[in-house]
Amino acid sequence: MAEKIIKAAREGWFTLDRHAPGLLGSQCEECETFYFPPHHHFCRNPACQSETFLQIELSRRGRIWSYTDARYPPPPPFIAPDPYKVCVLAAVELEREKLIVLGQMTASTRLDELKIGKVVELCLETLYSDDKHDYMMWKWQPLQGPAV
Amino acid sequence: MTGSVAILGVGMHPWGKWGRNFVEYGVRAARDALEDAAVPWPEIQFVAGANTVRCGYPGYVSAATFSQALGWNGARIVSCYAACASGSQALDTARMQILSGQADVALVVGADTTPKGFLAPVKGDRPDDPDWLRFHLFGATNPAYFAMHARRRLELYGTTEEDIAAVRVKNGQNGLHNPNARYRKAFTKEEVLASPMVCDPLRLFEICATSDGGAALVISSMDYARHRGLQPVTIEAISTITPTFPSTRLELPDIATDSAAALAMPAMNFKPAVIQAAYEEAAIGPEDISLAEVYDLSTAMELDWYEALQLCPEGDGQLLLREGATQIGGRIPVNASGGLSCFGEAVPAQALAQVCELTWQLRGQAGQRQVANATYGITANEGLFGHGSAVIVKQGGIV
Repeated sequence: MAEKIIKAAREGWFTLDRHAPGLLGSQCEECETFYFPPHHHFCRNPACQSETFLQIELSRRGRIWSYTDARYPPPPPFIAPDPYKVCVLAAVELEREKLIVLGQMTASTRLDELKIGKVVELCLETLYSDDKHDYMMWKWQPLQGPAV
Repeated sequence: MTGSVAILGVGMHPWGKWGRNFVEYGVRAARDALEDAAVPWPEIQFVAGANTVRCGYPGYVSAATFSQALGWNGARIVSCYAACASGSQALDTARMQILSGQADVALVVGADTTPKGFLAPVKGDRPDDPDWLRFHLFGATNPAYFAMHARRRLELYGTTEEDIAAVRVKNGQNGLHNPNARYRKAFTKEEVLASPMVCDPLRLFEICATSDGGAALVISSMDYARHRGLQPVTIEAISTITPTFPSTRLELPDIATDSAAALAMPAMNFKPAVIQAAYEEAAIGPEDISLAEVYDLSTAMELDWYEALQLCPEGDGQLLLREGATQIGGRIPVNASGGLSCFGEAVPAQALAQVCELTWQLRGQAGQRQVANATYGITANEGLFGHGSAVIVKQGGIV
């Protein structure tokens, strides 16, 4: 069987760096407001008229703002695995950017190991596959080492 | 432009999973509201429709759809979409036609037919639509967002799973006596806690279902009502404000929030800000409110509204519930209708149904769920994409 091609489930929103993947955001050149998903046109800070943005990688670590799980398969366009496996979701607050980003936790994460404020780190996992591709997605995983 | 408008008539098609065309529910509700108002349909000068996005083209032009179904009468119309707040926006648009002097009497209608199961996005690949992406990339259903907010209450405010189950028990009791409610069944706390977990910590009986239903109101200028010798229930405020940047609470259908790195967070979160704008317009405060109909998309969300309504300090919602203040007979009954937990949400009709309930309550026509001596009622509602609404309604004949 030929090796599958790795693709991002949403291109342009994160890097496919296997060891240190990053969310691709942007930052207003004038008011320094951060954005994720990346934002290219008009700053949304109502006090800022800027139309130029720096492309940046967001912090790879953050703290859990809240979390839950999906005990039943979500409807399409989610591509649920068969048989279905419960997935855990977390909203993670990034300290430098002062924003919250949603993500699934890694497949091996259990709900009962999470708590609001817990430090998690960005990683990649396959979200779904077709005949030729593995579609990768950013996931959060509980941080093993010390928090930075 | 501010001032009172009169609620002359209200009507609803019972909520359920009837599987029929939404137009039928809307017309039933409209005819009942017209009959309640004793206003013949040809006299209506303005029709505001609350749209549905799940019923094809007729749903996007709902005011025309309902007008045609009632028999074209030449009225001016507007069709509104604002997610769960669609009904309030339709009502506010009709109110402004009246306050501006453009129309004397108007009809407002919302109705929906909903599919089974989780509310899913409209079909078709749309990789730039956050509502499509949150399902595709994360499987983040509406209950997942409600559950993340509920989880914060549990971990940060000391709300317990028993507390949120008790909201369902209270609303189940109220809904028993509402002929328009879909679920008329009393639950014990144990039964709620034994229902299957959907999105931890929310269980099946703690999450609002989706329903078919229709609601309508006939509203008029105060002069029009006086000429008929009426002292009607009046609308004193409608808040339809948007959030203030940066919006830093993850709300439906956000993949990420705004950043507060450059500009500090606003003094008030969105829910309390929506309510505050209504209080200011009506020039009243939480102490004046006799009852509230709030959007309990989840049981935990009802407690969020207690705080947004300033009925208690932030984080204390469960204390108000535990002391019985929000049950019928308590200091400030909430969701005397049974709320969304007994109705299930019929999106464009729901915010109007809240106002219908307040009208019956303030007229003293709410039967076994009647709240005694009610003078002011308020609705609270929040929908996705930055829509919220609150409507303040006053008893007729008081100064």
